Amino acid sequence: MKQYLLKRLLGMIPLLLGITIISFGIMHVAPGEPVVVGQEFNPKVSAQDIERLRSYYGLDKPLYEQYWNWLQRLAVLDFGESFSADHRPVLDKVVERLPITIWINVLAMAFILLAAIPIGIFSAVFRNSGLDRSLTVFVFIGFAIPSFWLGLLLMYAFGVQLSWLPISGIHDYDWQQMGFWQAQLDLAHHLILPVFVSAIGGLAGMSRFMRSGMLEVIRSDYITTARAMGMAENTIRYRYALKNAMLPIITLLGLSIPGLIGGSVIVEQLFSIPGMGLLFYEAVLSRDYPLVMGITVIGAVLTLMGNLLADLSYAWADPRIRHGSAK
Amino acid sequence: MRAMWTEHPLLAVGTLIVALVAVLAVFAPLIAPYDPAAINVKDILLPPSWEHWCGTDTLGRDVFSRMLYGARVSLAVGFVAVGIAIAIGVLLGALAGHLGGYVDASIMRATDMVLCFPTFFLILAVIAFLEPSIWNIMIVIGLTSWMGVARLVRAELLSLREREFVLAAKSLGVSGFRLVWGYLLPNAMGPILVSAVLGIAGAVLVESGLSFLGLGVQPPDPSWGNILTEGKDNIQIAWWLSFYPGLAILITVLGYNLLGEGLRDLTDPRLQGRK
Repeated sequence: MKQYLLKRLLGMIPLLLGITIISFGIMHVAPGEPVVVGQEFNPKVSAQDIERLRSYYGLDKPLYEQYWNWLQRLAVLDFGESFSADHRPVLDKVVERLPITIWINVLAMAFILLAAIPIGIFSAVFRNSGLDRSLTVFVFIGFAIPSFWLGLLLMYAFGVQLSWLPISGIHDYDWQQMGFWQAQLDLAHHLILPVFVSAIGGLAGMSRFMRSGMLEVIRSDYITTARAMGMAENTIRYRYALKNAMLPIITLLGLSIPGLIGGSVIVEQLFSIPGMGLLFYEAVLSRDYPLVMGITVIGAVLTLMGNLLADLSYAWADPRIRHGSAK
Repeated sequence: MRAMWTEHPLLAVGTLIVALVAVLAVFAPLIAPYDPAAINVKDILLPPSWEHWCGTDTLGRDVFSRMLYGARVSLAVGFVAVGIAIAIGVLLGALAGHLGGYVDASIMRATDMVLCFPTFFLILAVIAFLEPSIWNIMIVIGLTSWMGVARLVRAELLSLREREFVLAAKSLGVSGFRLVWGYLLPNAMGPILVSAVLGIAGAVLVESGLSFLGLGVQPPDPSWGNILTEGKDNIQIAWWLSFYPGLAILITVLGYNLLGEGLRDLTDPRLQGRK
């Protein structure tokens, strides 16, 4: 297990380097000097900003030297300063916006797991029943539905027509006067729609995956053996089949991380949630390049860490890897 | 022929939807009851009626006509973006699968690196440095969605390499480009086609998301995504501005997904007889 962990950590180093190379490449896709493109008429960017950025990236130097300098700054978490009026360091701006984004995504994942596993099991156990068929229709719609449209419809239904749920922000205007628990309840109230909208695509994929995983396990030899031995069908299903069908779910959960982080731009913009996604959106609109680059790199690193976490949980859950008999 | 449709309902429904949307898009100028750009200040935000099937927007333009032209935008972005992605993916996948060794290892590591980025972040970051326009969006979506195809083509080539007909071709002296183009790739066409069709669905979703954020197709050019932006701003008073364009996206994406899944069932012999 320790060896496995070490191997995974070492394997991250080239990937991290790759992330920085690609991000550096993005900065140079536009013809001309990247910081100046489109900034001539941007009132939010002063000549000093451009000068500062020029010296930050060392744009008068050759490319490899620029990259090397940038990399050295990244290594000590120096992402430069934002173009915005406050000129605050990019890292500070991202760090204060990160918790709410991570919260929403963690809650969305928890919701995906809680809903998708029972749905998948039901579909597999009662396959080709009416229930299975309607769940399959739901899955196809879940794959195809644009999250922002679903969000708009839910806003209209629960926010405008029924007035049950708030449709923007994460607090009521008077939340600072609330007691601790009341404020938490208020927050939860505001997060219901965003979490559901973030989860819908993953929910469809995961339940489909759970269904086919369960079907595959049920057909395997050791389950047939268990049946031949006269074990109760429910014991077979929920004690033996389920455990094995759950394993690949961990991998899929890891794979869904980039989609969730990327999707946070749309969900946060739709519900006006002050998270990293909304910050990124605003940075792109105002062409705040240091912020755009910083969030791109941080988003990729978060994905990488999420994948590592998924791999480690897999290793921990799978006795074949835990005891080091495979790989 | 009829048996094929009843045996593959996904394929049938998918083909029907895809064909319908394509016809509406191609013949948009003939079908559209109004000029999609005609501003009419007297008819602002009218609810759906017999005159305006999907209502009118904040400038009094007919939403149904704008949606027909929006279909052209969505499909054009979908097809061009996927074309780019397939071209890059097939090239890199074939190089990796056929040459192996260092070439294979470095192409696959590069693919892993690109996959680390949340795709939507990558697209937005590139858009930030370019002007948002329909051409840039096609290119950017294409450049950020080739990874799956590359992996797929490589895997197909590796599995085909030891098959008898390939060994036979090799022993007759066929090699290099001719072997890949003439013998290996044609046999990998099924999965490539499936991922292209599914890729179009994905590209349509991404384009509408970008346009919804105001970073895609720019007004006054109509796109399903940017009609929805107006819908969001008027959600309290004009539900039709949000409802219909989103439904169009849902149906189109659903159609391409069903077609893709149907083609997969049809072309993948491993799935035959499995239900």
